[in-house]
Amino acid sequence: MIPFDFEYYKPATVAEACETYRTLQEQKKSVVYYSGGTEFITLARVNQISADAVIDLKGIPEVQVLEMQGDQFIVGSAVTLNQIAESRLFPLLAQTVRGVADHNSRNKITIGGNLGSRLSYREGVLPLLLADCKVRVAGGMKGEGERVVSLSDVFDKQLNLEQGEFLLQILVDKEYLDLPYVHLKKTKQSKVDYPLVSVAALVKDKEIRMAFSGICEYPFRLGEIEEVVNNTTFARKEQLKQVVGKLPAAILDDLHGSAGYREFVFRNVVQETIDALEWAQK
Amino acid sequence: MISNGKSKTVIELHVNGDSHEVMVRSGDTLLDILREQLGLSGAKRSCENGDCGACTVLADGKPIHSCLSLAIESCDQSLMTIEGLMGSPIQQAFVDNWAIQCGFCTPGFILNCHALATEHPNASDEVIEEWMCSNLCRCTGYQEIKEAVQSVVRASGNA
Ligand SMILES: Cc1cc2nc3c(=O)[nH]c(=O)nc-3n(C[C@H](O)[C@H](O)[C@H](O)COP(=O)(O)OP(=O)(O)OC[C@H]3O[C@@H](n4cnc5c(N)ncnc54)[C@H](O)[C@@H]3O)c2cc1C
Ligand code: FES
Ligand code: FES
Repeated sequence: MIPFDFEYYKPATVAEACETYRTLQEQKKSVVYYSGGTEFITLARVNQISADAVIDLKGIPEVQVLEMQGDQFIVGSAVTLNQIAESRLFPLLAQTVRGVADHNSRNKITIGGNLGSRLSYREGVLPLLLADCKVRVAGGMKGEGERVVSLSDVFDKQLNLEQGEFLLQILVDKEYLDLPYVHLKKTKQSKVDYPLVSVAALVKDKEIRMAFSGICEYPFRLGEIEEVVNNTTFARKEQLKQVVGKLPAAILDDLHGSAGYREFVFRNVVQETIDALEWAQK
Repeated sequence: MISNGKSKTVIELHVNGDSHEVMVRSGDTLLDILREQLGLSGAKRSCENGDCGACTVLADGKPIHSCLSLAIESCDQSLMTIEGLMGSPIQQAFVDNWAIQCGFCTPGFILNCHALATEHPNASDEVIEEWMCSNLCRCTGYQEIKEAVQSVVRASGNA
């Protein structure tokens, strides 16, 4: 049971969602977008989040789309992680989200919620960062409708949308769907757990691209790391040392794993990933 | 648009083939309402955090943690709790395989396995394990549970 009272709205169209948001704002109410709702319920139950109103986006048809449209793979923001895993239209994305949480939870957790999560992992974003994808965003206070932007314009460490905006769809170009890929997730003990390190990688134009979660306090893809990874003049030991040196933030040091242990796992994972993809670079 | 203000509202939940009117706050979880207003106590309250699976119910045939759903968002779904699954093969399989100790986790496991057998009648061991990872058994009777699950999945696959 959530200990505070809030209003619940489930609009049936984008326009209704935008209008509801603006009306609630005018009434000076705090509003949270709600998709799978698992994070909202978990945090609200223990008073770590509060809201006067939630807007449940699941009733909007555009956020439920999961299909090829021409040369683009379209994923609605309220598509569940299991739906993505089962569709297999983008195998790297399917495998990555299949590693998030447990099967029951994945029937509820959505890709939009995963990207918008307050937790540091947001593993679903990793393949999307590699695939240079675009996102369709709606809402906002100015009422200017929808916009399509590069994911990297609105996702840096976390999803950074304008006030009142929400993610409608993710658009992935067809050319990225069938590239050689690897996803590895290492947890401390149990199969179902937050990652010590999670890496998604693919090879485009003979270059390995890699994105990481778990190692630092946010998920990231970094050109400098990819330069080192693709530099074949380095001996492997030196290469791994350089990759660790390029990490964009301190290595996480918490109950799931000490910084030292995480670094050890990270080196192994990077090595394993390069070994697995070397063939595709030739 | 479906909406609910800050006061309690009457909504209709479709559970085990029947429609029930219940009075909910927006913040009531599905687990709260099933147990406290409908007397369906088969879904157990435990971690309330998505970790244990004791609260598992089926929503449109899919297993979910009812502690991580709001009752209000469930009113357009067809829900099934363990009380709606009387006399099913998977229940008998748990008895035959001694897959029950204290019984607290059993409703969740059984519903999850029922959904698995329905969706994947020929599930591989890998798929069985993936699905069953959602449920914890504090009495640790995993081997017997696995045997019960395998017997039903194989049986329905051979049917
Ligand atoms: C048991 C369990 C295990 C987990 N394990 C992992 C794991 O291994 N790896 C991992 O990465 N995560 C893990 N998570 C975290 C999970 O991915 C996030 O909590 C995620 O936010 C849940 O998605 P949701 O759709 O249920 O979110 P919601 O609660 O609906 O939303 C979460 C946040 O995203 C925002 N949001 C939702 N939809 C949109 C949208 N369309 N546009 C803009 N903002 C939006 C919401 O406002 C909210 O702030 C786990 C969660 C659980 C319950
Ligand atoms: S009580 Fe719902 S998962 Fe534990
Ligand atoms: S039988 Fe006791 S918790 Fe599983």
